[in-house]
Amino acid sequence: MATDPGTLISSTRPVPERDPARRGRAAFLVVSLLLLWPLLVYTEFRPWEMLDARSLRVTARFLAGFVPPALNADFLASVARETWRTVAIATAGVSLALLLAVPLALIATAALSISSLSGRMAVVPFVVRQAARGAMVALRTVPELVWALVFVRVVGLGPSSGVLAIGLTYGGMLGKVFAEILESCDAHPTRTLLANGGGRLQAFFYGLLPQAAPELTSYAIYRWECAIRSSVVLGFVGAGGLGQQMDSSLKMLAGNEVATMLLVFIGLVALADGVSAWLRGLLR
Amino acid sequence: MSLDPNVRPPIGLLPPRLIALRSRTAWVLLALAALVVASFWSLDLQWRDLWSRDSLAAMARFAGEFFPPDTSPPFVRKVAQATAETLAMSALGTLLAALFGLLLALPAARTHARALWRVPTRMLLNALRAVPELVWASLMLIAAGLGPMAGTLALALHTTGVLGRLFAEAIENTPPGPAFALRAQGARPAQVLLYATLPQVAPQLLSYVLYRWENNIRAASILGVVGAGGLGQLLAFHLGLFQMTRTATVVLAMLALVLAVDAGSYLARRAMTR
Repeated sequence: MATDPGTLISSTRPVPERDPARRGRAAFLVVSLLLLWPLLVYTEFRPWEMLDARSLRVTARFLAGFVPPALNADFLASVARETWRTVAIATAGVSLALLLAVPLALIATAALSISSLSGRMAVVPFVVRQAARGAMVALRTVPELVWALVFVRVVGLGPSSGVLAIGLTYGGMLGKVFAEILESCDAHPTRTLLANGGGRLQAFFYGLLPQAAPELTSYAIYRWECAIRSSVVLGFVGAGGLGQQMDSSLKMLAGNEVATMLLVFIGLVALADGVSAWLRGLLR
Repeated sequence: MSLDPNVRPPIGLLPPRLIALRSRTAWVLLALAALVVASFWSLDLQWRDLWSRDSLAAMARFAGEFFPPDTSPPFVRKVAQATAETLAMSALGTLLAALFGLLLALPAARTHARALWRVPTRMLLNALRAVPELVWASLMLIAAGLGPMAGTLALALHTTGVLGRLFAEAIENTPPGPAFALRAQGARPAQVLLYATLPQVAPQLLSYVLYRWENNIRAASILGVVGAGGLGQLLAFHLGLFQMTRTATVVLAMLALVLAVDAGSYLARRAMTR
């Protein structure tokens, strides 16, 4: 039977005027809203409180201060100094993290195991590898902000606690990812070197590193970029740099200074992003 | 093959020299080294004091004060409540962000809007994303006051920026067929969105939301140190009073939360990819 294709749909089954699944959708929406209720209670989510006159006045005065941003020479000079300190904290922190991560990653990499060349890995190396992995998990599970809070109590306010916090957390992260990258390399050259009497370091330098170097470097640079963002945040608990200055300006409700620093911060992040992308591009 | 030392092996057999001043790599490495040296030099870290015997002993004493963690039932109940608050903050913040992210993603996506709307929306999304949660939290304290609402809003603002951009990209990459079919039948733009584009991208959007929720649980647990509620607020409070055994309990709760989220996301991923 020959049908005109244009009438096929409408002749067999009329197109519904309204959404056929609307009942199910409405029920889903109602149930989700009911489930949402306890969340709103728990988070004390009462946005209308922000709209009462007193709170609005404070907010409005603070926001009005944003324009124009603070641009006097003294303030800009101090912002520049703190910005450099932020970058320096991130760089020093990542250097420290690398000092931690490289040995840990080398210990944790099973591809560099001599005993596993013939059958199973021996007990002692297995335990040592697991211990290194456990240490890296412990280092990176504690958020850097918590490390920083603790170090601020021990070594006092200032960049040392920021550097140590980034160094420890990022040491754990870098070590884990380095070990994973090394494990994912082709193990054949390494096994050949080890089987022919090469040391573990030799096997690493001539078997694994040539394959993995670009990826390792690229990840380290990416983490440096993250560390810059993180070092601003660490300043809020007293670890020095731009964050600390932003925190004190916020406490004084100095909107114009906050505005300048937010702009500088966004610029800094964009710059770090660009530099990191460029450096990683060179590796490709 | 001759072993005559004067005969050089063909080019390509020897590894390249480590430092060749004509290569760009060498200069980049030198610049990085200079940056590292300048960083350590300018920071004045006073590491001699830091690694001195006195300071190491003080550190050991300080670490010892954390033990044993305070496990008295009333305090544990308080920590459990703060953990629930953290989870609620992260869930509500992510939900709000998903909502506003979707609203902003529509004008930011190339498929649904003209450039007039796209450029400012993208700039707004970038600005929201560029400011970290913690900075948003301390800004929100001024408007919303101390407490979990400031933290929730901070998470929502930052995550809106992240999700909005991801959503916009997902929407741009939808196969255009179904939308075209509906449009050809005379459907209005809103109908095209609801019945063609959204159903197609929904699974991807959901996976982005879940991924951000996972991140936000971690972020919510520390946001409180500026006073924005959850476990972080408890941590900052007890650390400020030097109540180390209580601080230890809070830190343990944080670690348990992070590890639980990691394990949960790992299991969920494995279950979904199988």
